Amino acid sequence: MSLDIAAILLQDGLTNGAIYVLLAVVLVLIFTVTRIVFVPQGDLVALSALTLADFELGHRPGVVWILGPAAGVALILELIAARGQLRLMWRPAIEFGVVPGLVILLALFAVPKDAPLLWKMVVTCGLITVIAPILYRIAFQPMAEASPLVLLIAAVAVHFGLTSLALHIFGAEGVRTSGFAGAPFEFLGQSVSPQTIGVIITSLVLSAAMFIFFSRALTGKALLAAAFNRRGAELVGISTARAGRIAFLVAGFVGAVSGLLIGPITTLYYDSGFLLGLKGFVGAIVGGLAVYPVAAAGALLVGLIESFASFWVSAYRDLAVFMLIIPVLFWRSLATPNFEEDAE
Amino acid sequence: MNPVLGRWLPFLALCVAFGMAWVLSDYQRAVASYIGIFALVCVGLVLMTGVAGMVSFGQAAFVGLGAYATGYLTTAYQCSPWFGLLFALVGAAVIATLIGLMTVRMSGHYLALVTLCFCISFYFLVGNLEVLGRFNGLTGIPSITLFGYDLRSELAGYLVVLVALALSTWWVRRILNSRVGRVIRSLRTGSLIAETFGASAYQHRLVAFVVAAVFSALSGWLYAHLQRFLNPTPFGVQMSLEYLFMIVIGGSASVWGAILGAGLVTLLKQELQSLLQPLFGATTRLEMLVFAAVIVVVLIKARRGLWPFIAHLLPPAGPHQTIVAETLTDRRQKPNRGVVLLAADQLTRNFGGLVAVDRVSFEVRAGEILGLLGPNGAGKSTLFNLLTGVIGQTDGQIRLLGKPQPCVSSRAMCRSGVARTFQHVKLVSDMTLIENVAIGATHLGHAGLTAATFRLDRAEERRLLSWSMQLLEQVGLANKAWELAGSLPLGHQRILEIARALAADPVLLLLDEPAAGLRANEKAELAELLCRLRDDGLGVLLVEHDMEFVSIVADRLMVMNFGKLIAYGAPAEVRANRAVQEAYLGVAA
Repeated sequence: MSLDIAAILLQDGLTNGAIYVLLAVVLVLIFTVTRIVFVPQGDLVALSALTLADFELGHRPGVVWILGPAAGVALILELIAARGQLRLMWRPAIEFGVVPGLVILLALFAVPKDAPLLWKMVVTCGLITVIAPILYRIAFQPMAEASPLVLLIAAVAVHFGLTSLALHIFGAEGVRTSGFAGAPFEFLGQSVSPQTIGVIITSLVLSAAMFIFFSRALTGKALLAAAFNRRGAELVGISTARAGRIAFLVAGFVGAVSGLLIGPITTLYYDSGFLLGLKGFVGAIVGGLAVYPVAAAGALLVGLIESFASFWVSAYRDLAVFMLIIPVLFWRSLATPNFEEDAE
Repeated sequence: MNPVLGRWLPFLALCVAFGMAWVLSDYQRAVASYIGIFALVCVGLVLMTGVAGMVSFGQAAFVGLGAYATGYLTTAYQCSPWFGLLFALVGAAVIATLIGLMTVRMSGHYLALVTLCFCISFYFLVGNLEVLGRFNGLTGIPSITLFGYDLRSELAGYLVVLVALALSTWWVRRILNSRVGRVIRSLRTGSLIAETFGASAYQHRLVAFVVAAVFSALSGWLYAHLQRFLNPTPFGVQMSLEYLFMIVIGGSASVWGAILGAGLVTLLKQELQSLLQPLFGATTRLEMLVFAAVIVVVLIKARRGLWPFIAHLLPPAGPHQTIVAETLTDRRQKPNRGVVLLAADQLTRNFGGLVAVDRVSFEVRAGEILGLLGPNGAGKSTLFNLLTGVIGQTDGQIRLLGKPQPCVSSRAMCRSGVARTFQHVKLVSDMTLIENVAIGATHLGHAGLTAATFRLDRAEERRLLSWSMQLLEQVGLANKAWELAGSLPLGHQRILEIARALAADPVLLLLDEPAAGLRANEKAELAELLCRLRDDGLGVLLVEHDMEFVSIVADRLMVMNFGKLIAYGAPAEVRANRAVQEAYLGVAA
């Protein structure tokens, strides 16, 4: 392998790795707050890219067929839970009625085919961001006290639901979207595309922001408290349901942005999200699902391994990534010899 | 309803299934065979997921392993399918052991993810290997022959699957009702119960994982020789998740739930596809949306699946065996009254800068009750954890029957004759009282998986259960022996914990706040029981808040405050101690 090829592979690996970092950090975030291994995070990424593609082709965004009914179900659940008390109704009515409604209206009528790319991206972000808390409300909040394994099964079920809907709505065709425009430029003798730089900077900024939010800001600390001890958190006035929704809101937004970042690099299909999420996951596992910087480093490593493996053993590219987890877990199992979990 | 009928019901069901073979059409037989093949995997998952509490997302890969192992051997080398079966089962067991060794020690979702990665890797590996036919598949796999009969018809296939399923179900039920099985059943509550009573939680998790993998490989073998064609698709992650859905919907705690789930999911999927495909096109996967919704609703509304609703309508199976009075032969030699059982010497434990236990020395003798008192945060629980081997000491020494204990572990302490109860009751709520007590006697038996399989453990089981029954009689719960532990009131649960601790045949009993939350009459019963045990020559260390209760039962008292032992001696003496009065009342009395 020449140095040139190595440099190209490195660039590729870093770009993909930067996106896996976003996935890994979100997975750690959701797990620490809600103990859910949020498998569908990858699906949100795929949905985001598919939605932007819809806008670029001038189609009505198919994702409203997920958002609309889901918001409806969440709203009905909330109204039932309110038991006819008006003062408990206005808040869900805004969260699950007005906000999704407005975003859907925007998406349907305010995004012409020739609208600027940035505006299309903003609306895409809006659509995907509001989906995530709705998923939490429908599938996870009613069983928030369950064991991580039960929540994991529920997460897998949500993933299945989303992909089967996505196949129905978007079909089996893959899409590629436009990204950061501009000519490639020279950097240290290498041709670097603006997309690469854009992806890496966005990923850095977002993951740093999340890291700071959870280690410094009061709301972030409240979220972690909710994760650590649900009842204790409730007693000191932290709503664990609200904590979950905030975490999912963040997840939705980051997922949407990840989709916009990866869309121009890779062809995405309705079911691409699963493998994407898993690769982020392998990274998150390196950090033990708890430590942000280590998880991020792990995700970057996944990107690099994948990139170099695709050069050497193209057909076994994915194999190489998923085999990585075995030595990592072996190392972790030695590092934590007496892991005692709280089962049921 | 009739308990005898309840016991024979599984056999009855098998006879009906057998008879159905000649009633069903060929198409129905084929569908039923597939249900049986899926159910085989699910029965293994029940042991692993429903009972031992570990989730696998890679079960389909073990099915694939079994299928491709036999498929390759029988096509490339023209081996007999029966040799293929052996190879499939051993191969799956070896690989499961390797994966298990690395991961079952860790918390549940790690195993789930490793199995998931294994499944994806398997799929890509098989799909890219020339010798296994890549994604195009492996063709020309022979059918099974038995005594010269070629079992290729739908009828024969159905019968073979039925036999395999019946044998597997029978085997799993036998494992669950054995010494090993009781420990596996305790694992869903965590490792603590198993470790406290001398069994390695790690080993038992591994056993459950490997058995589940072997079941999957058997299922794969059947699949390969009935389908006679293999491609990687049915062994991917998608199918692994469907297996999981089957047991979640059917009910993951019982083998019947697994079979129900396999049947329901397979039939429902077929029906939904035939309903949805005309509406949305042949490529639609919308049936998975329906499944997703069903799973979420089941998890919210009926976390134990649908089987309990059916089990409710069936006659109860009643006790499996009548308990014959037998004596435990190899009981521990009881030390004479007054012999020092446990001696702590300058025991110290630091947590960072905090000294939770500060140079504490004391002794517990055979035939006495030593009460350990102290305000909240005095270090009682830390001391208790040191003595039971849950945590290690920073400094100092623990001697048991004169022998120093260099590296304490819960398991070693149990084997040397120390048994304990828990401050927050830890029982397996869906096991009967007698089974819960028998967990305590785990280290008194030796029968393993093989013995349980071939019923070689019956004599030992009789001894252990009879011993457990004697203890239940001793604590006054014998009349409820076959009820579920979860149905007992708290007071009785605490007593049951003492019976379980006694089942380990200890010389020293460590009780962690046994009177907490008990009513006055329950406390009186408990006090009477403890005094009886003391009179039998047992040593008891009692951690307790309730001054009155301790005063009734304890022969000597020790009081801790801020990690230090502030008083140690006869009750009257300790009660008169100024430091004790200050610690409890805040002022010098």
